[in-house]
Amino acid sequence: MAVSADHIRDKLTTELGAAHVDVEDTTSNRCATSFKVLVVSPQFEGKPLLQRHRMVNTCLAEELKEIHAFEQKTLTPEQWDKLKLQ
Amino acid sequence: MNSLIRSTVRCLRSGPTVCLLRPADGLVRAASARFLCAATDLQKDLGEMVKKDKVVVFIKGTPGQPMCGFSNAVVQILRMHGVDHYASYNVLEDQELREGVKVFSNWPTIPQVYFNGEFVGGCDILLQMHQNGDLVEELKKLGIHSALLDAEKESK
Repeated sequence: MAVSADHIRDKLTTELGAAHVDVEDTTSNRCATSFKVLVVSPQFEGKPLLQRHRMVNTCLAEELKEIHAFEQKTLTPEQWDKLKLQ
Repeated sequence: MNSLIRSTVRCLRSGPTVCLLRPADGLVRAASARFLCAATDLQKDLGEMVKKDKVVVFIKGTPGQPMCGFSNAVVQILRMHGVDHYASYNVLEDQELREGVKVFSNWPTIPQVYFNGEFVGGCDILLQMHQNGDLVEELKKLGIHSALLDAEKESK
């Protein structure tokens, strides 16, 4: 089963109660299946970066076995709103 | 069992520990420093490897020649902060190390960064820490004075 951006987006939205998810297929920039994701979720509130990233890693544990390169940005809704204003 | 034979042959063939000293880029420890390559021994070795130096990174390639954009980013960030004494392990040299460190850290990708034996994260996290000032603080806790602090002082 080839991992798709839609599949990743749906999974992140469902399992992390995400308010916003951006998934970019960056495979053309790298040598194999690669993705870049932005996840905005209230579940990240009060959690340090490492914990947030581990939440995403856990959510996508199966998919990551097939993904070669993975970039992620994890924000709370508040951080996301602030970023949008910049 | 086959992989144990294969890697032992590889270790024997490559001879004793190859340790490349690159003062400007940090101490590069060869992955073949491990002689016994069984999986559980590797986990135990990793436990020691990450504590042996204050800053330990697992990357693709070496600080002098990173072989991947994310690994290069880690090297460049450390260089920017003037961190030039750190242990660097090239996972491309050793497939078992490459897989073993992912199990050890419970982290799916390379590069991986450790401060004082504690897992910090990958390139994304290091980059964000660099951008929001946390990296300078964490380095201070390790007793490392970031070069960026001096750069800041000079510009004021």
